Amino acid sequence: MKQKRASSVEQATRQMRDGAVVFIGGFGRGGVPEQLIEAVCERRLKDLTIVSNNAGTFRTGIARLLEDGCVRKMICSFPFSRESVVFQQVYSEGKVELETVPQGTLAERIRAGGSGLGGFLTKTGLGTEIAEGKPVIKVDGVDYLLEKSLRADIALIKAHRVDPRGNLTYRMAARNFNPIMAMAADHVIVEATEEVPLGQLDPEAIITPGIYVDVYCVTN
Amino acid sequence: MMPATVVKKKPLSREAMAKRVAASLESDWVVNIGIGMPTMVIPYVPESKDVIFHSENGIIGMGPEIENPEFVDNDLLSAGKRPVVLRPGGSFVHHADSFSLARNGRLDLTILGAYQVASNGDLANWKLPKARAGNIGGAMDLAAGARQVFVMMTHVSDKGVPKLLEKLTYPPTALGVVKKVFTDMAVISVTPEGFVLEEIAPDFTVDEVRAATAAPLAVRGNVATIPV
Repeated sequence: MKQKRASSVEQATRQMRDGAVVFIGGFGRGGVPEQLIEAVCERRLKDLTIVSNNAGTFRTGIARLLEDGCVRKMICSFPFSRESVVFQQVYSEGKVELETVPQGTLAERIRAGGSGLGGFLTKTGLGTEIAEGKPVIKVDGVDYLLEKSLRADIALIKAHRVDPRGNLTYRMAARNFNPIMAMAADHVIVEATEEVPLGQLDPEAIITPGIYVDVYCVTN
Repeated sequence: MMPATVVKKKPLSREAMAKRVAASLESDWVVNIGIGMPTMVIPYVPESKDVIFHSENGIIGMGPEIENPEFVDNDLLSAGKRPVVLRPGGSFVHHADSFSLARNGRLDLTILGAYQVASNGDLANWKLPKARAGNIGGAMDLAAGARQVFVMMTHVSDKGVPKLLEKLTYPPTALGVVKKVFTDMAVISVTPEGFVLEEIAPDFTVDEVRAATAAPLAVRGNVATIPV
């Protein structure tokens, strides 16, 4: 069996390179792989494109990546929150680019990317500036916007439990973007709260099969 | 003779607005609750009404926010990032499935805040005019996908500018989607003929609501008073 367990967050993130497109799971503070993000900050990587729903919470997680100058571009749905203080500062200083995507479209673009699809058709964004430059396609008399799929070089995933195959379970609403991001990246790095022996995860409860996972580390 | 006194008219409190919206929800509806004022609706829905609340971050069967929690569990937060409870029978889905149900007709209703609503049902709630960027969040998907969109907002802006108007001046979130608007002055339906005044706050007259609305406001029959 392939050895997927890394001894540390540093070891888990060693394949990351400057300029990578990186999915980061989480919604607000739920399901964010904070220790993996810390490790990326320590490596002083540059020019990353970060895809995540939010643009950081106070000074932790993605906020630290932004503060440390690791990020060239943010792709997210809700950049200006009460908590995204660092993003708002670096954005106003022109130090980071922003692409704002409707949340459901962001999720579906990632799902399409993880499903071998080129894109999908949605009514979301029709008649708004989100539709600018995108083809409108009529199906059975109904207009839809063509949205392209989205993949990443790296996904940073926060899971609850992991087994040696890399099978994952999630905890409550911390699931959010994590399972779809794990399916749509070339290299998937997991931070799990707990590791259990092979065969100990209920197969019915596994949300992300281990075949999607390249490396994991256990933090708690 | 007593000198004439200018009485400051009292708009509905946020609580009274939340109560009024709660009263309009029906049993067995699946209702998306976003951020801001709409989150205040949940506690006012009586247990006798079996309304299932959906939160965009994958919660089906969300309960009210927890007031002054001793411990914040980051794995169970509302769309507004506040700690909530999961009601018995609740479940979790990932983000793509959460928005599948927002688009596939399973949402009977979404309750959203707004900057502006036009009399043709156009909604603006994500970006200020001339701003470089804004927050979309789930609003565009929810507005385009839910069976009904209710808006909960103050009738006029902080500066007294009407937020109900004939044509949006702010960038749209979705076109022709709003069904009802609950403000601190009135309940207004959006019909193919435009705005119709359904109910009015106790302190206001029809003429006063019309003066605060930048679009024709029809009155059909009796206008009920919003209970407070």
